Amino acid sequence: MNYFLTEEQQMIKELAAKIADEKIRPIAHEYDEKEEFPAEIVKVLGQADLYRVFIPEEYEGLGGGVFEMCLVVEELSRACGGIALAYAASGLGIIPIILFGTEEQKKKYLPKLASGEIIAAFALTEPDAGSDAGAIKTTAKPEGDSYIINGTKQWISNGGDASIYTVITLTDPSRGARGSSAILVDKGTPGFEFGKKEEKMGIRGNSTRELIFQDCKVPKTNLLAKEGMGFMVAMKTFDQSRPGVASQAIGIAQGALDEAVRYSTERHQFGKPISSFQAIQFMLADMATQIEAARALTLQVARSIDAGEKNVAKISSMTKVFASDVAMKVTTDAVQILGGYGYMREYPVEKMMRDAKITQIYEGTNQIQREVIGMNLIKETLRKKK
Amino acid sequence: MNIVVCIKQVPDTTDVKINPETNTLIREGVESIINPFDAYAIEEGVRLKEKYGGTVNVLSMGPPQVDASLREAISLGADEAYLLTDRTFAGADTLATAYTLAAGIRKIGDVDIILMGRQAIDGDTGQVGPEVAENLDIPHVTDIRKIEQIDDQGSIYLERLLEEGYVRLKTKLPVVITVVKEINEPRLPSLKGKMLAKKKEINTWSAKDVEVNEKRLGLTGSPTQVVKIFTPPKPAGGKVFDGDIKDSVGKLLRELRASGILMGSEKGDE
Ligand SMILES: Cc1cc2nc3c(=O)[nH]c(=O)nc-3n(C[C@H](O)[C@H](O)[C@H](O)COP(=O)(O)OP(=O)(O)OC[C@H]3O[C@@H](n4cnc5c(N)ncnc54)[C@H](O)[C@@H]3O)c2cc1C
Repeated sequence: MNYFLTEEQQMIKELAAKIADEKIRPIAHEYDEKEEFPAEIVKVLGQADLYRVFIPEEYEGLGGGVFEMCLVVEELSRACGGIALAYAASGLGIIPIILFGTEEQKKKYLPKLASGEIIAAFALTEPDAGSDAGAIKTTAKPEGDSYIINGTKQWISNGGDASIYTVITLTDPSRGARGSSAILVDKGTPGFEFGKKEEKMGIRGNSTRELIFQDCKVPKTNLLAKEGMGFMVAMKTFDQSRPGVASQAIGIAQGALDEAVRYSTERHQFGKPISSFQAIQFMLADMATQIEAARALTLQVARSIDAGEKNVAKISSMTKVFASDVAMKVTTDAVQILGGYGYMREYPVEKMMRDAKITQIYEGTNQIQREVIGMNLIKETLRKKK
Repeated sequence: MNIVVCIKQVPDTTDVKINPETNTLIREGVESIINPFDAYAIEEGVRLKEKYGGTVNVLSMGPPQVDASLREAISLGADEAYLLTDRTFAGADTLATAYTLAAGIRKIGDVDIILMGRQAIDGDTGQVGPEVAENLDIPHVTDIRKIEQIDDQGSIYLERLLEEGYVRLKTKLPVVITVVKEINEPRLPSLKGKMLAKKKEINTWSAKDVEVNEKRLGLTGSPTQVVKIFTPPKPAGGKVFDGDIKDSVGKLLRELRASGILMGSEKGDE
């Protein structure tokens, strides 16, 4: 379908697709098996300027936004949803700096993030604070010109491999969520260590680690926005990053559909290619239709966000809910179409099914997304009544 | 370091077909690409620039659509692009091509290194590199797999690929170097490079813009005549000699001799 891409957006999409096909697909299986972080691909993405696309031009970016990020994430995810996360999760860490960073912070970090020399991460989740983000316990005690951070973050994507972390903390625990603050912490800061690396079902080509803070001292100039605005920073960041997760899901689904269509024309049973069976064709038709619908929704929402639409939480959540559910359905059906071969690790679709699952869970589970959508619907209606 | 990389636009031969009636290449609908060996030459040029400083100029002779390949070279890190295009250049064999390219290189001027691919995948002659060097009256080295270093005295140290192993050589600049694919791994274009390439002005020269003798251009200047292009027929049939190895070898030799393919005495055959 024609998404009316500008010449520059077309270029971005084509280059990302080329890297996906030539550099990522051939190694996706290996990284999945070894459960290793794809440092060599990060380098390729950096050299290709792909990290620049959603960063403002003043900071050596190319001045695009969520839309451009989505184009890249989808193409990369088509080849490997896990490796694509080295890109997307860095985006999640970069967005708060773009949205809330001071001039100094932006100058310090964005050019290096734009070139891919370093990547970023975002840390909210803790062992006892998942969906209930307000339950975080990590504290950042103000002390003179510094904060002293204590606590543990869990399941942080790009953990250990990222150089800069946006960490959501409590600067004033007595005020609960209103006492939360987003603080930038550099890798290598004394008192900041990495805990265990998780062993996962999918997206195994990305490192998911614990971040452990023990009397970690950072200057107050590392604060993003203001004290007490930590959750606002997180929510505004998610508003912009969720379409990226949606695009990751769409890319994984598209990769699975491509495999399923190809396989169905090659596999013969009862003397015919299985693609000649209506049961298979109808499955493929539904898969393709759902993917296109998810893509249309996601790209249109990304455009709205970039155009400066207010209160985008609802539509942003819609992209992630819809696209991730589509990805789970499509990848499951792709395995079905490949039959027993689909279940084998030698074929790529079982990995896609494993990779798809995470998109229903992180950056807010789909239950939480539906709650966001529902709450907003009710709020909008009540507002109209007044 | 002033570097010229000569590139040729060729059909993507993975899907090239020959029209069986006219015996010519079917070019319609076939995508054009930079000759793959030339892509290594571009990459090497850019690496030399990154190491020693200077300018990478890409040069091609061909029809106006070669513009796309030159822009691609810019997106891969080349600085300037030159296209030699003129009706009188058309139909050139390797001799006329090399003559014309050499005129272009002279016009670019003050060149230290000329890089080219070892051969073009459509013609497969491997002649243009050495012929350009002869036209310019400078040395050439072919099948280079590594450029070790260039010293202050203008000496260049190279490794030349042989069938088994390689030989190290030293020569003086200016020099024509043709490269093999072992020399590097060409990078992918960057977005900034692609954007730059889109805007870049391609210097376009006709026969009037370079110093040439019209008689040595294009078809007129080409002693080579292509008589026929054809797909060799697949060898069919054949005869299998099996059974006892000694017997079957003996039978094979007798048969070859009988059909006049093999000459000489029968002594020791059995
Ligand atoms: C591979 C991976 C990478 C991750 N990367 C990051 C990262 O980079 N940064 C980061 O901060 N976090 C990250 N996370 C954490 C992720 O965002 C959380 O896992 C997610 O928010 C859900 O929290 P939880 O796992 O604690 O589930 P829980 O909150 O315990 O939820 C369990 C179940 O209960 C449901 N549930 C919970 N509350 C409600 C409710 N109110 N109404 C209805 N249903 C509810 C949930 O939907 C879910 O089905 C990552 C997680 C994984 C697995």
